[in-house]
Amino acid sequence: MASKRKIATCSLAGCFGCHMSLLDIDERLLELLELADFDRSPINDIKEIKGIVDIGLVEGGLCNAETVRVLQHFREHCRVLVSVGECALTGGIPSMRNHLSLKSCLEESYIRGVGVENAHIPDDPELPLLLDKVYPLHEVVKVDYYVPGCPPSADALWHVLSALVTGRDPHLPPALLKYD
Amino acid sequence: MWREEAPPAMDAVRGILESHERDPGELLQILIKVQHSYHYVPDAAVELIADHLRVTRAHVRGLVGFYSFLSSTYRGEYAVYISDNITDRMQGSTGLATYLCNRLNVKLGETRQDGRVSVRFTSCTGMCDQGPAALINERALTRLTRQRMDRIAELINSRTPMEEWPAELFVVEDNFRRSDVMFRRAFEPGAALKAAMLRGGDETLKSLQFEEAVDPSSGHAWRRGADETLKELYRSDLRGRGGAGFKAAIKWETCRDISAPERYVICNADEGEPGTFKDRVLLTSYADMVFEGMTICGYVVGSTRGILYIRQEYWYLKSHLEAVLARRREADLLGRNVLGTGFAFDIDIHWGAGAYIAGMESALIESVEGRRAKPRKRWPLPVVAGLNRRPTVVNNVETFAAAATIALKGGAWFAGHGTGHSAGTKLFCVSGDCERAGIYEYPFGVSVREVLRDCGGLDAQAVQISGPSGVTITRAEFDRILAFEDLSTAGTCMVFGPQRDMFDVVRNFTQFFRHECCGLCTPCRVGTSLLEMLVEKVAAGKGSPVDVEQVQSICQLMKTTAHCGLGQTAPNHVIDSLVKFRGDWDKRMKTTDFVPAFDLDAALQEARQLTGRDDAMAHL
Repeated sequence: MASKRKIATCSLAGCFGCHMSLLDIDERLLELLELADFDRSPINDIKEIKGIVDIGLVEGGLCNAETVRVLQHFREHCRVLVSVGECALTGGIPSMRNHLSLKSCLEESYIRGVGVENAHIPDDPELPLLLDKVYPLHEVVKVDYYVPGCPPSADALWHVLSALVTGRDPHLPPALLKYD
Repeated sequence: MWREEAPPAMDAVRGILESHERDPGELLQILIKVQHSYHYVPDAAVELIADHLRVTRAHVRGLVGFYSFLSSTYRGEYAVYISDNITDRMQGSTGLATYLCNRLNVKLGETRQDGRVSVRFTSCTGMCDQGPAALINERALTRLTRQRMDRIAELINSRTPMEEWPAELFVVEDNFRRSDVMFRRAFEPGAALKAAMLRGGDETLKSLQFEEAVDPSSGHAWRRGADETLKELYRSDLRGRGGAGFKAAIKWETCRDISAPERYVICNADEGEPGTFKDRVLLTSYADMVFEGMTICGYVVGSTRGILYIRQEYWYLKSHLEAVLARRREADLLGRNVLGTGFAFDIDIHWGAGAYIAGMESALIESVEGRRAKPRKRWPLPVVAGLNRRPTVVNNVETFAAAATIALKGGAWFAGHGTGHSAGTKLFCVSGDCERAGIYEYPFGVSVREVLRDCGGLDAQAVQISGPSGVTITRAEFDRILAFEDLSTAGTCMVFGPQRDMFDVVRNFTQFFRHECCGLCTPCRVGTSLLEMLVEKVAAGKGSPVDVEQVQSICQLMKTTAHCGLGQTAPNHVIDSLVKFRGDWDKRMKTTDFVPAFDLDAALQEARQLTGRDDAMAHL
């Protein structure tokens, strides 16, 4: 058998719901591990991608400098990049702040918020700097595949992953693209 | 920016409401009048109108938000709308708009602080042969120049009432450059209608005076003329002139044969397709012919009510059209007893308020019923269940003019012109880079080259046939013919000279469709916006082959999944341009790798300011 595929995953401005859904593939996870190894992923807590991986799954949109850097790192190190879930595809819930200015968001939380003491906007260099807006992944890097859903169902994720690890082009059937 | 200090007095609104029945169908017509007298639709007016018509305030605001010429914010005593078709741009409209804004000290799209004036762009105003064009308080401005803009700025700044503005600013020419068999002679009002009513009569009948002939004792039942006229229409093989080319006789007969208590005849003068202006010319110089065609249609299908739905860009024709209708009523060509036959038919005018989509027949009917102009489901067709869910014939202005000619001269005569599948002659609206822009009447089957030769545009690199939703053809295709067999068309030819960058055309058209999409279906609402964003990305030099791939896939998706013709045809020009003028795209591609359309580091600027940070991690 050919060498196993490598998969990396990460969650940016998301809620980890897509990763929960990925774990929801249940016993198929064993089948997946027959065909692929996980590189960097919150599932195994590996922090850096080593070398080049075959498939990168990215959950969540882009809200700050760090999310952009992680995404760019994934793009550089993944042969195929998959945008997973509503936030990655459109910005999702975090992008609701796009209707407001960054200033008003930060002031609401850190200056005028109820119970705020020592009111000031956090400026520690360790904190990632926020972007003016929340962006979907495909506006910043080239994305190869999209898996919509909030979260995408375990079946949809399995459909895409099992196709990609066996070298097929994933096409979600209508039943897996229907949300009502 | 101007702000409302106190709510205005509502007396005028009450007056307008009194002149309209409590029929929700009147909503759009009421809103147009309110907009004209207040230069916006104030909140207080929304409440009064909603109460009067017993509709919700949200419904009223829904219309105000939908139609371009209605607004919830004050547009100033003088509202200037600069026509933004590609032909206007080629004639310098963009620079003129900036020039006027500077002269007036007003920001584009905003109302000046003193509430005097606003300047904004609008979709094509149908003056492509005499642009750059604009509208000001419902009147049409043509052939704009800097001198004219100076003059206009002075008149606005001196607050000169519109009635005192010099007439030469508002001259609209027909520019009828070539006439063929249909428009060679003046039209005699009533002649076609009489011919229709006498059609099928024997020799003795023809020798009688009309009044005697239609008298029941003459033996010629006047319904017979209707059936015979329909047969002539079949013989003529007349196809709809609005672009789709559906056979008029089938539509009329279907409408006639459906049992219903009431049926309607609607003349579609929305003429929203950029580059098209023939309906304006017909309604200016051949209004009788159009109204007579509608009357004949009413006679054939058994309708008593005709409606002319006309775009607000042509508001300046209002008094002219009303006068023609009044004259026809006086001459017994309209009214309760048309030509003494007992046949009753009359025509009302319904105004649009700035919506390209209203040219689509079911959207037009929604608009006549006083709603947002959103296309209905394809079935049932309007001819089965149209206005008020009754059988309705909706035909283009030119179709009715042709029907009048056929009633007069017969179907065989008409079918003797044109080609096998495209009978008769057709009006073509020629604009752009040519010496003689205007209206040309040709028999169907004329080649693009012949049109270009006649208008003095033979050095063109491309011609856009049938407007932005149509097809772009190149020099190599100039021998193709204008007919349903080859280039089917509503009659628009926009000519692009060799000096033009065809990518500018794509930018103009994508902006147009994004603005005019009605928002009903996702493929069109999102698709038109994405196309505009991607085209602008390429224009900004940030495009890559990845983006072009994306453009192509969106085009395909829209074509196959959009709800109506707008969304299905909106990508046509992009697809054509990518195949035929790829060079104009490629020269803008500075990169083979994907790059974001925006500056990532600049997206952190606001946060840097708020935190005072400038360390390495504060940059991308």
